[in-house]
Amino acid sequence: MRRVSSRALLAGAALTVAASLVHADDTRKEIEKYQRMTAESSPVELWEMEGADLWKQKRGPHNVSLERCDLGMGPGVLKGAYAHLPRYFKDTGRVQDLESRLVTCMTTLQGFSEQEATKRVFGNADKPSDMEYLAAYVAGKSRGVKMQVSTKDPKEKAAYEMGKALFFYRAGPWDFSCASCHGHEGKRIRMQELPVLSSPKGARGTYTTWPGYRVSVSQLKTMQWRLNDCFRQQRFPEPKYASDATIALTMYMAVNANGATYRGPGTKR
Amino acid sequence: MPGPMKIRATAEAGYTDIRVLMSHPMETGLRKGPDGKLVPAHFIQNVTVKVNGKTVVEGQISQAISRNPVFAFRVKGGNKGDKVEISWTDNKGEHNQTETAVA
Repeated sequence: MRRVSSRALLAGAALTVAASLVHADDTRKEIEKYQRMTAESSPVELWEMEGADLWKQKRGPHNVSLERCDLGMGPGVLKGAYAHLPRYFKDTGRVQDLESRLVTCMTTLQGFSEQEATKRVFGNADKPSDMEYLAAYVAGKSRGVKMQVSTKDPKEKAAYEMGKALFFYRAGPWDFSCASCHGHEGKRIRMQELPVLSSPKGARGTYTTWPGYRVSVSQLKTMQWRLNDCFRQQRFPEPKYASDATIALTMYMAVNANGATYRGPGTKR
Repeated sequence: MPGPMKIRATAEAGYTDIRVLMSHPMETGLRKGPDGKLVPAHFIQNVTVKVNGKTVVEGQISQAISRNPVFAFRVKGGNKGDKVEISWTDNKGEHNQTETAVA
């Protein structure tokens, strides 16, 4: 530093954890402190900004923007849309989460083929994907809105029940289910506490901060990515992007999180 | 092409808080890419903060700073409407800048 004015405080990317603490309780407190610091000013805002531009950009064979995309609150209404997803959509006849609905809008409005729209959904740090930008932007428009995912429609109810069944379904070479890690209090993977996603407490704290920016990989991760990676960690076959199974699991967690205020997109370790 | 920046400046009693978010790969030059070859160093070297045209912070930073860095500064004084400009230059000579009015 060449010259710093006397009162200027330079807190350059203070993203380090004091990991020298021995006791689990202290460790947890330090992790919470770290999470607060990273959430205070998060690069997730950069994704939201890019997403806002992308949303308005005329793209695809039809050369139109996504501004007329109906995410369930009416065409072009973004405020609170994410807090009400997944939901049943009459036009497609299925329950859809945010990402599958964005694919629908890209195909119906912009004229992309489904293959083109889902060609590159998970980006990397050097080149994030369009889906990641858009998911961050749309989810950010629900900040401060209460989670209110409906199970009134029979298809919504069915998706919830299927998600619940999948959550507890043990299979794969390791005989794992989602509940193996996320079904009991007090489980950890390395330093990370694992939320009990079958309980409102765990689901509320976790679901309302996804999608999230992962500091360790400098990327925004979507819910579809999170589920995909959970299946990988369980040594299951890779689920199809935006498949009914992944949407059902999202539905199960979202309904469990009902009543909590959406706080995302969040910042993760 | 340098990515976007986001800046926020708020006047408090007697001081102004400035926060800025920069998108930058901040490559150290020590990391290997998927091809097994070193990824060339690419990082921000100089950061300048100006309030109403007067330089208040001039910093040299290094590869030790994370990708997409966030900086927070507290500057003495400052009033609503003051112009805050922040600019950076990296080791490849690329630069970017953004400005805002103190809110």
